[in-house]
Amino acid sequence: MRESGAAVLDVHAHHAERGFWRTYVFSTDHKMIGKQYLSLGLFWAVVGGLLAHVMRWQLAWPETAVPGWGEVGPETYNVLVTMHGTIMVFFVAMPILLGAFGNFLIPLMIGARDMAFPRLNMLSVWVFALASLVLLVSFFIPGGAASAGWTGYPPLSAKAEYTGVNWGMDLWILAHALEFAAFLMGGVNYLTTAIALRVPGMTFFRLPLVIWQLLTATTLFLLSVGPLIAGAVMLLLDRIIGTHFYAAEGGGDPLLWQHLFWFFGHPEVYVILLPAVGLVLDVLPVFARKPIFGYRWIIYSTIAAGGLSFIVWAHHMFVSGMDPRLAMPFSITTILISVPFAFIMFAMIATLWKGSIRFDTPMLWALGFVAMFIVGGLTGIFNGSAPADIYISDTYFVVAHFHYTLFSSVVFGGFAGFYFWFPKMFGRLLSEPLGKIHFWLTLVFFNVTFFPLHNIGLAGMMRRIANPLEYEFLVPHQWINVVATVGGMLLLASQIPFVVNVVWSLLAGKTAPKNPWGANTLEWTAPSPPPHLNWGETLPVVYRGAYEYSSPEVAEDWLPQDRTLAARSR
Amino acid sequence: MSRGAIVLEDEVGFQRHHRVDSATVGMLIFLGAETMLFAGFIAAFLVFRLTAPVWPPPLQPRLPVGVTAVSTAVLLSSGYPMWRALRAARDGDHGGLGRSLTLTGLLGATFLGVQGYEWARLLTFGLTAPSGIYGGTFYTLIGAHALHVLAALAWLGIILILRNPAGVPVFGMYWYFVVGLWPLLYTLVYLA
Ligand code: HEM
Ligand SMILES: [Cu+2]
Repeated sequence: MRESGAAVLDVHAHHAERGFWRTYVFSTDHKMIGKQYLSLGLFWAVVGGLLAHVMRWQLAWPETAVPGWGEVGPETYNVLVTMHGTIMVFFVAMPILLGAFGNFLIPLMIGARDMAFPRLNMLSVWVFALASLVLLVSFFIPGGAASAGWTGYPPLSAKAEYTGVNWGMDLWILAHALEFAAFLMGGVNYLTTAIALRVPGMTFFRLPLVIWQLLTATTLFLLSVGPLIAGAVMLLLDRIIGTHFYAAEGGGDPLLWQHLFWFFGHPEVYVILLPAVGLVLDVLPVFARKPIFGYRWIIYSTIAAGGLSFIVWAHHMFVSGMDPRLAMPFSITTILISVPFAFIMFAMIATLWKGSIRFDTPMLWALGFVAMFIVGGLTGIFNGSAPADIYISDTYFVVAHFHYTLFSSVVFGGFAGFYFWFPKMFGRLLSEPLGKIHFWLTLVFFNVTFFPLHNIGLAGMMRRIANPLEYEFLVPHQWINVVATVGGMLLLASQIPFVVNVVWSLLAGKTAPKNPWGANTLEWTAPSPPPHLNWGETLPVVYRGAYEYSSPEVAEDWLPQDRTLAARSR
Repeated sequence: MSRGAIVLEDEVGFQRHHRVDSATVGMLIFLGAETMLFAGFIAAFLVFRLTAPVWPPPLQPRLPVGVTAVSTAVLLSSGYPMWRALRAARDGDHGGLGRSLTLTGLLGATFLGVQGYEWARLLTFGLTAPSGIYGGTFYTLIGAHALHVLAALAWLGIILILRNPAGVPVFGMYWYFVVGLWPLLYTLVYLA
């Protein structure tokens, strides 16, 4: 223990004045790194959103050129789908939900001054920036960007002749490799920090739920990404030196990729979902002024879902030609995994029950998440049972399903967290009216865009097609595509109040007090925004759980984790 | 406060609180991810191995089981000087640390050298990665391990050059992972 003490003394000495570069660019401060992840994620959200817009225009009016883009042929459409999916999952959802919130919240909520390995943390965001650069460059090279789907199935992804994309696919693999390295470094940091640096009194069962969710998501990522990296190495070797891992003609097996991909892929969707669930779980009690319902059972459910997520992957492969005897066990595990999530949804609703609910902007987004995610969760049951899925697999029903789950997580969950912690992050308050307009517009147009997709999917519209009018049976349903596209444009436009709000607030917003919402967790005991190293000379000490709202023991309706009650100390 | 916790003041007089040694925890977590990486490679290998009607496929060169057994022994024996190095680092015995680490590195390098020589011979016999699934899985699985040995040797070299014993315990964990993994790969790929 003595020697680790020595290692501990390696301290970044000065937190007084640091220059521009050390503060904003090469910073080891977890809060700045979180903001860097946030900025990169928001940049990619714009790109991903614009690609979606081009796709939607093409689907509604396939015979006309897309304004500002031009004609979209099938090859281009494949690029659009692939890059939209890749960007939204790996360059928007992960950096914002795990990268930004993980970095910002974990040290602050457990009472640490920074991550366990601050320099590794800085490296993490820089490697992610490099991954972003590689992905961006891939749009502009001969042959264009990857077009084998965000899932990169071989043989399409393994041979340039099949797609006409050569370097784009290699850069796609490289960008993923860099991104995984970045989140590996981040993940090691998150878990180590939470294990080693909790302040006195912060036991595991006093951690805020968002921390539990972030840690579970991180664990899932760390344990599932290895097989995908192995698979990606083999894919790269197939492409570059001509091995035959995925080429049936050389004795290989294209399904092997699908197994390795989805062994990672299903945990990966929880890497996105769980942090969002965590953000919402921490917002709900603050605005219901009630303790969370079933704290420990939420944790157990999360862990159970995390464990089960490793044995459901083949539900993505019911129509792939794998051994059909596998369909039954994977249907069963998939139905099983909905049980813990059903409990968590139930706990969210039960937390609201008889609360004194305040409808501030963060709360609206949190409630929006609950409502929309339930829709996605319910359609998931259809996808998960093989007999139903064989009909709806690869249709717009599935597209609707995963947008109700993913969009809810990233946008509704993400904005719940963003509006809630913005005052802590930037020291300014956001405008409530603008935030509410943003919420209601997004809620309405999200549903206009995506709900009808269920119907057109059941009518048989396949995903990843560039021109629905080529199929006679879809022509009578084309009006649905038009509705969804107009909804999509308005959905994108609905983000304008958000941009205005943030810019206005940063320039001229009211300064945020330490604890604007009357919340219990430790980050609200630090100044807004917290300085480098978060607290002054002494660290807070924790005496209680995170959700003691409306406690009869105190006059106020909140009871911070670091408050000790002299008479009845626990 | 939990047992073994460390409360310190850093250079600017700020209180810091550590429950356990971060580097050890971080390395354990990293090795968990590494384990899953090899699980992926091994799973892919087994899929091909178990579905093949004959293995090794006909007309393919045999792997050098005997020579590799010897180099396996060499690699495993490096565990002893590594253990000595850990003790020397703990006791602050700089001379002993340098000698033990050097010996560890030499044994590891010998293993790698023999592998390189065998690979060169296999290539001349026509076993290449593109020549078929047999060669492909062999070179990726064994190659992934070889790269890990190489990385460990590079790290070891840096420790020796910088003469900094602080990282030795964590390096030891990584070394034991790389060494401990090998017998499993040898059994699966060469023997079974
Ligand atoms: C954060 C939000 C979003 C996420 C995480 C997301 C994720 C995805 C994913 C993973 C795919 C599958 C890509 C593939 O098949 O390779 C996809 C496809 C698609 N997305 Fe999104 N998306 C989001 C927002 C949007 C928005 C706002 C729109 C519309 C305005 C949209 C429209 C589409 C369309 C049209 C497809 C193509 C479906 C197909 O042809 O299979 N997405 N999205
Ligand atoms: Cu899944």
